[in-house]
Amino acid sequence: MTDSEPAMARSLAEKVARESYGRLVAYLSGRSGDLAAAEDALADAFLAALEKWPDTGVPDNPDAWLLTIARRRRLDDWRKEKVRERGADHLDLVADELSAAADLDEGIPDRRLALMFACAHPSIDAAARTPLMLQTVLGLTAIDISARFLVSPKTMGQRLVRAKARIRDERIPFLVPEREELSTRLPPVLASIYAAYTNGWMEIDGAKALGHEAIWLARVVVSLLPQEPEAKGLLALMLYAEARRSSRQGRDGEFVPLDQQDVRLWDRAQLQMAEGLLHEANANGPTGRYQIEAAIQSAHVARCLGGGSNWHTVVSLYDVLGKIAPSPVVTLNRAVALARMGHRDAALADIDALSGDARMADYLPYWAARAQICADLGKRTEAVDAFTVAIGLCWSEGERRYLEEQRSRILS
Amino acid sequence: MRYMLMLHANEADGQAVAPQDMARFMGQMYAYQQALEKAAVFISTDALVSSSEASIVRVKGGEVSVLDGPYADAREQLGGYFIIDVVNIDEANKWAARCPAATWGSVEVRRIRDRSEYAG
Repeated sequence: MTDSEPAMARSLAEKVARESYGRLVAYLSGRSGDLAAAEDALADAFLAALEKWPDTGVPDNPDAWLLTIARRRRLDDWRKEKVRERGADHLDLVADELSAAADLDEGIPDRRLALMFACAHPSIDAAARTPLMLQTVLGLTAIDISARFLVSPKTMGQRLVRAKARIRDERIPFLVPEREELSTRLPPVLASIYAAYTNGWMEIDGAKALGHEAIWLARVVVSLLPQEPEAKGLLALMLYAEARRSSRQGRDGEFVPLDQQDVRLWDRAQLQMAEGLLHEANANGPTGRYQIEAAIQSAHVARCLGGGSNWHTVVSLYDVLGKIAPSPVVTLNRAVALARMGHRDAALADIDALSGDARMADYLPYWAARAQICADLGKRTEAVDAFTVAIGLCWSEGERRYLEEQRSRILS
Repeated sequence: MRYMLMLHANEADGQAVAPQDMARFMGQMYAYQQALEKAAVFISTDALVSSSEASIVRVKGGEVSVLDGPYADAREQLGGYFIIDVVNIDEANKWAARCPAATWGSVEVRRIRDRSEYAG
């Protein structure tokens, strides 16, 4: 599948516009902490860029282009009345920043990383962090993202407004933490980015995936914090998954499991990038969960590309992961790998041990794995029951249909 | 908190569904209920008969009127409900999005007023 030229022009224009927008929001709100004011100042200019650049081409200096429009369109009516109503200090400050930024000779400094640390600050509700980053760093609207989080655009909008008010009122600093603080402050930033991805990975019919956007955010972190192995590990992990996206659905939208995917559809460039990043991240040994999860993805890819069975490697990687970041999901995935090695009874015992965990009760992969292993062991009734629960947990028609077929195979 | 998931759908469309498709839909609804029960959020469910058997009763200004259903101008009719117990509206929405009925109709998510909210 090749993208048409207008589509490519559109996607390039959008990329540049969003990069520039995020840089400007981070810069303009840096001192006042008033994200809403910065977004407000740039809103018209950003929309104009998204509309015009695909046709006219991207300007030589996108930041300057946006700033010029923003000043021309907003500054006047801004200074006049609206501002006076809502306490104008911050807006004046942002307006001053707008003028100052336009006069910068060396270009706008990239403070998006500091902005991301503010978005994932411990004082911000964990559920609001991911949408906040998607909006302030990439310029996505509440309407763009609300379906993915299964809330209404209005509710999403209110949550974002509240989170921004919190950043402003509590004077949450726009700062990249120092070395010693980084080990506790970086994980929530990475977790928020990964949440955008896993939300995008979850199949919900009709809700646009946020995979590209999550990868984009991770790229920003990697480029501005190149010495951090976990940021690279996360980016690699998402690229491995993203490279396979088009092969996860068959022609009729049906779900295709990993080992039956058509590897010719995999994006080799993305896989290569992922391998390179994983290699760099692991230069000093694997130190974090994302690097290990990326290594597991690397092993799956190698096997599917004809490297032979490597399930024992996968199991030992899950053992390492279980030590540094234990979770029922790790135990579950390890059990699936065990079953693929032929140790089905041991796998089922591990899965049985998870059955009391409330986090597994509505976790589709748990029921699907349980069903498959029971089916392989000839436990037909248990397999059918587990498939039935899995079908009831689906969000997409493709997955539902796949599981229905698996179940009917046992019954026939 | 208890939420009612109200399943609305166009009854005429429902009657036009082929029997084998209908059997599949029913199977999906059964699976959905199993999932709700396993997750320990299920309270109750019922399906309603066609709104053509319904009556609409009003007692207003001393006048009683009884009309046959359905409401002529409603595009979708209430066809059933689930009552679930989850922590908040986000969780309720997640379950609503999983409801197979959302693929052919719409699922309205309403919080059920708690007894404590009547006090004072």
